[in-house]
Amino acid sequence: MAHREAVVAVINRFLFLALMLTSALLQAAVLPDERIDVLYHGYDGGGAEIKGPSILVRKNLGASVSVAANYYVDMVSSASIDVEATASPYTEERKENGISGQYLIDRSTISLGYTRSKESDYDALTYTFGINQSFFGDLTTLGFGVSFGEDVVGQNTDPTYERNLERRKYSVNASQILTKNLLASLSFDSGSDQCLNLTQDQSCLNNPYRSVRYLSGTGGYLYQSELYPQTRNSDALGVRAIYYLPYRASLRLEARQFSDSWGIESDNVELRYLHPYREQWLIEVKYRIYEQTGADFYSDLFPYRDAQNFLARDKELSPFSSTTFGLGVTYKVPAGVIPWFEKSTANLYWDRFDIDYDDFRDARVSSTDYAAGEEPLYSLQADVIRFYLSFWF
Amino acid sequence: MILRTLFILTLLLSVAACSPIKPWVKPYERQKIADQIMSFERDPIADSYLHHVYDAREAARGGDGASGGGCGCN
Repeated sequence: MAHREAVVAVINRFLFLALMLTSALLQAAVLPDERIDVLYHGYDGGGAEIKGPSILVRKNLGASVSVAANYYVDMVSSASIDVEATASPYTEERKENGISGQYLIDRSTISLGYTRSKESDYDALTYTFGINQSFFGDLTTLGFGVSFGEDVVGQNTDPTYERNLERRKYSVNASQILTKNLLASLSFDSGSDQCLNLTQDQSCLNNPYRSVRYLSGTGGYLYQSELYPQTRNSDALGVRAIYYLPYRASLRLEARQFSDSWGIESDNVELRYLHPYREQWLIEVKYRIYEQTGADFYSDLFPYRDAQNFLARDKELSPFSSTTFGLGVTYKVPAGVIPWFEKSTANLYWDRFDIDYDDFRDARVSSTDYAAGEEPLYSLQADVIRFYLSFWF
Repeated sequence: MILRTLFILTLLLSVAACSPIKPWVKPYERQKIADQIMSFERDPIADSYLHHVYDAREAARGGDGASGGGCGCN
């Protein structure tokens, strides 16, 4: 708890400083770079392996329009702690396609986007709209955005299971050139998730396969299905700043506060150092701390069956703290080596997640060795790899 | 807490809006700002993936300057 208070104090100080600086009120409205990115991503941790490719192509049409298309695949092979406790290991695939466009008018940019994500038991559609405007000689950029999503939640073991979810998100962003060496940005997002056309004992927001456990009354425990509320509203406020150091390198600080209607509050702080080495290399080192409280209706072990209206034992809704350490390197391929492209880079980034759960116990241990509720607390380590090639044209 | 912080921000912005603001960093003084090492989102495809990992592992979402889609992460 003392650790959490220290993190909150740092974030509060940082937010206050950022607010003071920003009050005196990022760059000129320009179209994004024309480029192609080809990414391989890999996640390995907690018994789950998720990997796959992603491709992003961005092209300008004339001087005012930029269009982009993205293709992304998650290939999941999971024997996570949830799966091992109550189900069987599984494999599945998620594919995501997205297109977006930006239209530049004077100092404004209007953007539209559409994303579709599809897997065997979850379909998601997302529409986005945003507008950015730069002011004060392009020192300041203000942006507003809205996104609207329609999801259909299914269940592989029950073809008749279908739950509809409506998602909305409203965003406000402000970016500011503060000095010749310092950029800052502030983002506020307010989101809501709403299940549609369900009875009181149903929800679309919980995982239909996950269970909570409760004391059986005979010294052990049993399982019953999770049940979440049908709505979730959340607010998040984030501040980012990048400082150009006295030599050619940059330091980036990011802080965020989050809270939602389920009683979860979280804070995170990230520090990132980026150092060019000679002409061809960029080296990045990163450290991030994240902490959250648990949802009001979360419990690792309920006292009896149907102990309350809403029941959750999702470790992502439990109180926990995590750290992420990241290292990355970008190599700029010398001009002329790859024809057709003005510039090309090869990039390798590795992130190590360490998550310590404060109230989620490892129920896979033998019940003869540990009484219910006395099992060791769970912790998770995960490695995340991003290898990608980028080409500008 | 978040709304209170936002209210303070709005108040400060309103106060700042009362005085004329002139660009204090001239265009010719922005060569460091324009350096690629000063970009919030240098490689969108890589940043977007890491946001996806955070969203899947943590309850928090938003406030990171990124627009998210539905991922079936529940």
